Amino acid sequence: MSVDVKTVKRVARLARIAVSEDDAERMTGELNAILGFVEQLNEVDVSGVEPMTSVTPMEMKKRQDVVTDGNKAADIVANAPATEENFFLVPKVVE
Amino acid sequence: MSDLTRLTISQARAKLRGKEITATEITEAYLSAIDRANPALNAYVAVTGDKALDMAKASDARLVKGEGGALEGIPLGIKDLFGTEGVHTQACSHVLDGFKPRYESTVTSNLWADGAVMLGKLNMDEFAMGSSNETSYYGPVINPWRRSRLDTVVMPTTHQGDGGFVSAGGTKTQRSLDNAQLVPGGSSGGSATAVSAFLCAGATATDTGGSIRQPAAFTGTVGIKPTYGRCSRWGIVAFASSLDQAGPIARDVRDAAILLKSMASVDPKDTTSVDRPVPDYEAAIGKPIKGMKVGIPREYRVDGMPEEIEALWQKGIAWLRDAGAEIVDISLPHTKYALPAYYIVAPAEASSNLARYDGVRYGLRVPGKDIVDMYEKTRAAGFGREVKRRIMIGTYVLSAGYYDAYYLQAQKVRNLIKRDFENVFAAGVDVILTPATPSAAFGIADEDMAADPVKMYLNDIFTVTVNMAGLPGIAVPAGLDPKGLPLGLQLIGRPFEEETLFQTAAVIEQAAGTFQPEKWW
Repeated sequence: MSVDVKTVKRVARLARIAVSEDDAERMTGELNAILGFVEQLNEVDVSGVEPMTSVTPMEMKKRQDVVTDGNKAADIVANAPATEENFFLVPKVVE
Repeated sequence: MSDLTRLTISQARAKLRGKEITATEITEAYLSAIDRANPALNAYVAVTGDKALDMAKASDARLVKGEGGALEGIPLGIKDLFGTEGVHTQACSHVLDGFKPRYESTVTSNLWADGAVMLGKLNMDEFAMGSSNETSYYGPVINPWRRSRLDTVVMPTTHQGDGGFVSAGGTKTQRSLDNAQLVPGGSSGGSATAVSAFLCAGATATDTGGSIRQPAAFTGTVGIKPTYGRCSRWGIVAFASSLDQAGPIARDVRDAAILLKSMASVDPKDTTSVDRPVPDYEAAIGKPIKGMKVGIPREYRVDGMPEEIEALWQKGIAWLRDAGAEIVDISLPHTKYALPAYYIVAPAEASSNLARYDGVRYGLRVPGKDIVDMYEKTRAAGFGREVKRRIMIGTYVLSAGYYDAYYLQAQKVRNLIKRDFENVFAAGVDVILTPATPSAAFGIADEDMAADPVKMYLNDIFTVTVNMAGLPGIAVPAGLDPKGLPLGLQLIGRPFEEETLFQTAAVIEQAAGTFQPEKWW
């Protein structure tokens, strides 16, 4: 399978990365080189093989469903580019 | 006083405990070495001098009382991927501009609890995506190793008293260093360079497809990627969560064992951290390997592999055989599919993990006309080319209609790769010996690799299988190529049998010796 410039722009939109016309052209070539490389996986017979879901066979750890953390709003917003009273500030999303 | 930066961790540990040197002295020695070398090598992206001296002072107070921990007073470098409280943590990306976490990663917490001293944060490929440390926002790291050539030098003629010129009649050969700058490998290029160039006693690193073992091989250092689940991933910037593992890069096998013992732990904060006690890895060093079954996988003999890599491999086989190991030929039939499967699984997980960098909670924000425009502009400005490429691949293979063809197929192939290893281990093989990389270190801005991303990806051809199967793998230096560059061998073990790797790597090290670059910086 290979991608065209239109698909690349659509994927960039899904990935929320702004791309210029030149970027999209260049990326099309690069992505096709990688997709061409991974194409060889199709020749592997995987009938009856389960997809891997966990690299080490283990039961996922669970903890008690109780509050173990909190009261650190100042820490959480400390690295944000724009905040006000422990809220993250973003451009207006509702008109 | 001799140069304290030349001491291995085990040597420094003995001198610190014996009160022959202080943590402050050795920390100062490293800080001044960094000061002199970093402009040329670019290994550190942040040096935490004041913090280092404070930590060293506290170590000295504990050492005086005889209360030192396992790494008391040992100065370490930390890869920029590890969250360090109040200290530069950016995965060497522009998108995390100014990020200083309010928490400490479990691995680094373990190191500080054992008394280690932090010198600073080490350069790396952006978000650990790269095999040459050239994708860093902070510029490439330079390998302290340079190619050298043997020149035949004609001795100058000598002037004779009677007015005639007579040749001294001799030639001699001397090695001269080439000026071309080489990459240290990646993504843990800063860690490998810093350890190799004596800018820290040891370093933390991470490995998703070979990012500890390949740079270790390129710099003549020892690097181990432990079994998935051995080191906690908590507080480490995530790249591909089912593949990422932390491990050390060190000057010798013993130092790597000492560091891994401190880094590894059982951590309730990481659900994939495995509930097994951490063994004393150092105790495995020096144990005989007589009777051990060493597998040699035929699929690792790839087309176009340089002669010196094959010769190195044969040397490794001979050393282990001489030490009493039984050498057996094995087959890992799905080896060639590991790299293509990796380039689906890793970008898929990365595209999901990197979705969080949106200009809202931390790091860079580029204003836009609305929120989506802000996201898109922030991510376009914040991520480098390689990171964007992988996010795009990941987004594509996970998008509607392609998921089964790519991601599901890759995860099935991944199970087949893992099964290959399980079969040979079930047949009694204790450890597998392979080359660590298909070549020695290459030049900065290599044109072939810049033109074709897949060429760069092929660097990980021998290491990536190990991540796909979650196994432990160690790279140990085994010799120099004809141009004087270090080459490494890789040992792959059963899950959680890191001790076997240290035990076997020590035999290789004993036979091969250790390797230090000639200082030019």
